[in-house]
Amino acid sequence: MSIILDKVNYVYEIGSGFEKHALKDVSCVIEKGEFIGLIGHTGSGKSTLIQHLNGIIKATSGNIFFDGEYIYDKDYDMRKLRNKVGLVFQYPEHQLFETDIFKDVCFGPRNQGLPEKEVQLRAFQALRLVGLEENLYYQSPFDLSGGQKRRAAIAGVLAMKPDYLILDEPTAGLDPKGRDEILGHIRKLHDETGIAVILVSHSMEDVARYVDRIMVMNDGELIFDDKPRNVFAHYRELESVGLAAPDVTYIMNDLKRAGFAVDTDAITVEEARDNILKMLNGKG
Amino acid sequence: MLRKENDNLEDIIKAENLTFEYYRRDEEGNVEGITTAVDNISLTVKKGDFVAVLGHNGSGKSTFAKHINALLYPTEGTLFVNGIDTTEEERLLEIRQSAGMVFQNPDNQIVCTLVDEEVAFGPENIGVPSEEIWERVEKSLKAVGMFEYRNASPNKLSGGQKQRVAIAGIVAMKPKCIVLDEPTAMLDPSGRKEVMKVLHELNKKEGVTIILITHYMDEVIDADKVFVIDGGKLVMQGTPHEIFSNVEQLKELRLDVPQVTELAFELKKAGVNLPDGILTHEEFIRALSRVVKSGGA
Repeated sequence: MSIILDKVNYVYEIGSGFEKHALKDVSCVIEKGEFIGLIGHTGSGKSTLIQHLNGIIKATSGNIFFDGEYIYDKDYDMRKLRNKVGLVFQYPEHQLFETDIFKDVCFGPRNQGLPEKEVQLRAFQALRLVGLEENLYYQSPFDLSGGQKRRAAIAGVLAMKPDYLILDEPTAGLDPKGRDEILGHIRKLHDETGIAVILVSHSMEDVARYVDRIMVMNDGELIFDDKPRNVFAHYRELESVGLAAPDVTYIMNDLKRAGFAVDTDAITVEEARDNILKMLNGKG
Repeated sequence: MLRKENDNLEDIIKAENLTFEYYRRDEEGNVEGITTAVDNISLTVKKGDFVAVLGHNGSGKSTFAKHINALLYPTEGTLFVNGIDTTEEERLLEIRQSAGMVFQNPDNQIVCTLVDEEVAFGPENIGVPSEEIWERVEKSLKAVGMFEYRNASPNKLSGGQKQRVAIAGIVAMKPKCIVLDEPTAMLDPSGRKEVMKVLHELNKKEGVTIILITHYMDEVIDADKVFVIDGGKLVMQGTPHEIFSNVEQLKELRLDVPQVTELAFELKKAGVNLPDGILTHEEFIRALSRVVKSGGA
């Protein structure tokens, strides 16, 4: 069970004189059950890449395989791919349209042609998975907070039971607690159901805290694909492509330069704390 | 009707018991209840200050900010912008010229097909003579570091660049104060840095008062003053150092502290003798050096 990208290229506006090579020979394997962070500056090709994963746009050249099947085969059922790879766009709450949350979450599975009982069961399960309280299920989207609406919108995609969930900046515009709540629920969802998650994010701190693997895009190329610790060790290169490491990584590097015997590879506050405590106790 | 005059010209913004209420209505339009979005806020912002406003989603901070630009009017209380009561309709233009506003999504604010036309849009609308408009456009674009893109199409720009163009459009109207409602929420790390740098430069070099609403705690560190709003009420105010010394209280308000502050706080909890409210790497390193010199944790 995996998504395989083999030398995928995508060129916008071919032959118009304004061609833009948005993806350049991108190859990678995304296994079921992974938790991946996808980072890159605005216009680096992240959005183009994720739209290939559920077949919204078709590669100019290169191959994509989903669970062993070639998705550009003329007999391939694209609907199957779209059901298995759920895509949550930026500000998904703008797409809520029903009069109450529960009806909205039912929309996807109903469109899949499932029996009504199954539709409702899935809606319940999905709403529970994103941690929305039951008294909100029959409320109008207008009566929910920004973070609650966003979780409802994510439930709408989860109700289609995808094996892969792609989220494009799910925390944009949320307050710090709202960010933690959404990401905490997504992490829990991943751990409990084994769903693969691809998180597109501009927050290096969030990525460092939640994901197991980071893919870095720059100018249409996949320039890093590794564990977070290894990727953030390249913070200078990340800066040169408009990104950064989490602030704690810089703190540890500054400490080291100031002569403290610390490791510089901490990427979360907890790791930095433990490492500094170890250093202090070693001295005492 | 008698108007109160506020003649303390040191204060660009002065809110006196500002309250804003609105009616909640059901689908038929019947009133269901009243929500108090801003609840009796009194505060002042000094001319030339860089001020940050924090508060969780729905805390009322954006509703408060919209009063500064006279997009909303107080239900009770008064708001003065540069000494003018914002309810003085005949001075609306003056108020909006004094305080410009920049929003979260640059794509929703940009209307023209060329960068320089976009920046000229504001001054043109307030009747600036055309020779002067182009002078202002040039100066504003230089101030935000976007002059070389003056003939570009805004939709070819990155998020950070678009937001800088939006800021230049406000700067060209020569406001005394700019209110920015989460201007970096949609930007990548370098876009955020660009925008923050431009805001601090406008503040230091041009003396423009900046009121920044944000959810990013690290953008608050260099502010002169921080206001924290919760449930429509002003619940904390002080310097970043004072505000960020209250880690637990901020977390209860659904907010956070910069990572360096959090790290120092966590170490302190583990018994390391560090002061509260550390905001910069330098302060942190100095404090930790003292700990090591005095014999470890």
